[in-house]
Amino acid sequence: MFQVRIHGRGGQGVVTAAEMLSIAAFDEGRFAQAFPSFGSERTGAPVVAFCRIADKEIRLREPIMEPDALIIQDPTLLHQVDVFAGLKKDGYILINTNKSFEELGLGDFVRDWPHDRLCTVSATDLSRKHVGRPMPNVPLLGGFAAVSGVIRLESVIMAINDKFSGKVAAGNIAGATEAYETVRAAMAAACREESTHA
Amino acid sequence: MLKQIEGSRAVAEAVALCRPEVICAYPISPQTHIVEGIGEMVKSGELKDCEFLNVESEFAAMSVAIGSSATGARTYTATASQGLLFMVEAVFNASGLGLPIVMTVANRAIGAPINIWNDHSDSLSQRDCGWIQLFAETNQEALDLHIQAFKLAEELSLPVMVCMDGFILTHAYERVDMPTQEQVDAFLPPYEPRQVLDPAQPVSIGAMVGPEAFMEVRYLAHAKQMQALDLIPKMAEEFRAVFGRPIGGLTHTYCAEDAETMIIAMGSVLGTIKDVVDEMRQPENGGHKIGVLGITSFRPFPLVAVAEALRNCKRFLVLEKSLAVGIGGIVATNVRMAVTGMGLKGYTVIAGLGGRSITKKSLQALFDKVSRGELEPLTFLDLDWQVVNKHLERERQRRRSGPVAENILRDLGVVASKIA
Amino acid sequence: MSFQPIKFYQTGTFTVGNRLLAPEERSVQAGEKRFNSLNSGHRACQGCGEALGARYAIDAAMEACHGKLIAANATGCLEVFSTPYPETSWQIPWIHSLFGNTAAVATGMAAALKVKGQTDVRVVAQGGDGGTTDIGFGCLSGMFERNDDVLYICYDNGGYMNTGVQRSSATPPAARTATTMAVGGEPGNTFGQGKFVPAIAMAHEIPFVATATVADLRDLEFKVTKAMGMRGARYIHILVPCPLGWGTPSQDTIRMARLAKETGVFPVFQAEHGEITAVLKIRKRLPVEEYLKPQKRYAHLFGKQPRVETIAHIQSLADKNIRRYRLLEEGVQ
Repeated sequence: MFQVRIHGRGGQGVVTAAEMLSIAAFDEGRFAQAFPSFGSERTGAPVVAFCRIADKEIRLREPIMEPDALIIQDPTLLHQVDVFAGLKKDGYILINTNKSFEELGLGDFVRDWPHDRLCTVSATDLSRKHVGRPMPNVPLLGGFAAVSGVIRLESVIMAINDKFSGKVAAGNIAGATEAYETVRAAMAAACREESTHA
Repeated sequence: MLKQIEGSRAVAEAVALCRPEVICAYPISPQTHIVEGIGEMVKSGELKDCEFLNVESEFAAMSVAIGSSATGARTYTATASQGLLFMVEAVFNASGLGLPIVMTVANRAIGAPINIWNDHSDSLSQRDCGWIQLFAETNQEALDLHIQAFKLAEELSLPVMVCMDGFILTHAYERVDMPTQEQVDAFLPPYEPRQVLDPAQPVSIGAMVGPEAFMEVRYLAHAKQMQALDLIPKMAEEFRAVFGRPIGGLTHTYCAEDAETMIIAMGSVLGTIKDVVDEMRQPENGGHKIGVLGITSFRPFPLVAVAEALRNCKRFLVLEKSLAVGIGGIVATNVRMAVTGMGLKGYTVIAGLGGRSITKKSLQALFDKVSRGELEPLTFLDLDWQVVNKHLERERQRRRSGPVAENILRDLGVVASKIA
Repeated sequence: MSFQPIKFYQTGTFTVGNRLLAPEERSVQAGEKRFNSLNSGHRACQGCGEALGARYAIDAAMEACHGKLIAANATGCLEVFSTPYPETSWQIPWIHSLFGNTAAVATGMAAALKVKGQTDVRVVAQGGDGGTTDIGFGCLSGMFERNDDVLYICYDNGGYMNTGVQRSSATPPAARTATTMAVGGEPGNTFGQGKFVPAIAMAHEIPFVATATVADLRDLEFKVTKAMGMRGARYIHILVPCPLGWGTPSQDTIRMARLAKETGVFPVFQAEHGEITAVLKIRKRLPVEEYLKPQKRYAHLFGKQPRVETIAHIQSLADKNIRRYRLLEEGVQ
């Protein structure tokens, strides 16, 4: 079972992100469970959503205590909420930012982390560019597909079409795709760098 | 057809397939998505021959349902928690009059203190109202139980409450197999009322009944629930024949054949329990002989089935999301009635009240303890005794100790920083 | 209608069963073929205004919809005296659910008929003032607001009579009830409280609102018939004296209702979509004492030390009604 925990604030589409992730996994024939850490609707408040992906029926109902991947939609949460609680060793960390991990004050935290598990995506900028709104959730899913390979970009696109239609869907697909390709490119570059240093 | 949708959406689509004629509801978390889903289907024309009414309170919702059902229409509503309490007078009225209304209760805690998260206190507070109460473990079971509920209600002329965990099931996206209209039509015939307001054959419904006949009328309500004990398993069999999956029935067991310890629970927590049981049965984890009894029908309470399931075990643990303040467990008390005289050791664990997460870790520790016989008869899982004792001390120190809930929240600190 | 000479004592009467009228002008109750929806054998008190009003109203409704009527009834006098176990005096399909939900039950009945395409079957809801203006008020407003196809009839006797004459929000000021006793500095019900639901019904702008009394039974029948000719939410509020609760002789029920109208204490009018369309004018205006004196529930206002100010206060409320609803004929002061 692969467990993803998504952190953000109300209004940033955190819950939709988890749902789309589950739809993407479903489209690949897998079992998936997505649910929010529930609360009354409130824009701006910290929100957590969860997504489990597995190849057999998922019976477990507890919140994700030991995620295999973290997606952080809002870096202002980093030093406010214990977003890293329970994160598995060498788990994936994706952050919506144009800063680096060091610039975010996480340098020490990820010092020994495998670089291919760390990922930043300027998701807010991408969504502004393609959809006209600061909604970072979809580009981050594209990034997640790229960095983890747990779901394919095609499945993310199918999930986008499930949730959205018309221009919004098209814009989101463009945003997710650009995020995917940017991350793939960055990973490839890092790979080349490592192999030249080896 | 397989779908990846929200639990509420699954229920809405299942109810729509049952050809409901009148739907009335008042919004309350966490049932809102169910009613919104159905409302949209009616308004868009997707769900035809259905009147959807926005009513002014839950009391009105159940009352509209009473009028509609008495006039011969297949009627549905949904509520939770405070809303269920607000309609209680009408809830008793509906079952007393024998009207086959189906209602979803998206289980949520009852205040004060106000709490929107899941536990079973709402449905269980109405366990004696005369409604049949079915508890769903998964969203698949939730949607399927609604289909069975209409048929059950109409055959018995008794209303049915389908209970599903608020948020945990209602707001979870998971894979479900949505039946086709043909399948539902094959299973669920049109509603043929036993009593109906019809100008061609006038009747008076709801007259006062005095001491001369009240006991008999009430006994008949009980007798109907006893009939349900037979009908519910039959319904599950009929359902399996049409839809191809085993859903419903009174109870189900998991790994019970050689179990020395049996865990009894209702609703979605059964899923987590089964995962823990699988792990604890592994030789490297102790090879515990531990099994599970899931109760689907809480009313009527399946005394015989429960006794049968626990026949070969040494001890049982009832894990329930409910608390009978002043005595202990609600489910546990019902279970104990089933096993009277069987010489079993029983433990009650109150867990998950107000939506507190029930984690695998806590369950593992709990089941470990119970198999060593080290558990108290009554346990409150993951209770913060420090906070509790601090408040009790606060009350001993001064009279104007302040509101309990606010004091405790202040002691716990900022909640937003916690995951579970 | 052609003129024919008629002996004096037969004209100008309020007789409902006036067979000297052309058949189509006669009252429903005068007809031999009336439905007797509320049949004899019920257990109402002698002189009960509610039984009288219900009989006229429901038979008129049945006539108007050719016998295709289903009724919801609130808990209260009417429900209790009409269905004494094991009998019922209702000849029509009838349901009693709870005290406060009658309007909502009726909403459900109308919705079921609509979805089944039974457009010829109509719904009537009935309750006393307690079940309508107090505990049933939320559901009533909801039914109005949704414009559900229900005629709601409120039988207003100014108190919770069935449970022993307790005060409701329809109890008039200064009236004695078991919970507003005639003791202390301000005996009887308090001034400045209470609500007049017909005005609130008008504020919902529903298709039809009317008040009526059992003194003008033809008028009551007309109003019910008119209401049944419309669709949507309709409300008729009937003043029905209660001999027990009001402390009046049982033979004076109709007279008391007439006095309520003629003093201006109870305005009789019709309204459509929130605007008054017709008023039953006061024929011969009387001071409120004429209405209050015969009722034991106002006995504390009279006697050796009459409460002149209280009576004047009640008079001023009647004056207000007369002004507001224009109850006076031209030429009468």
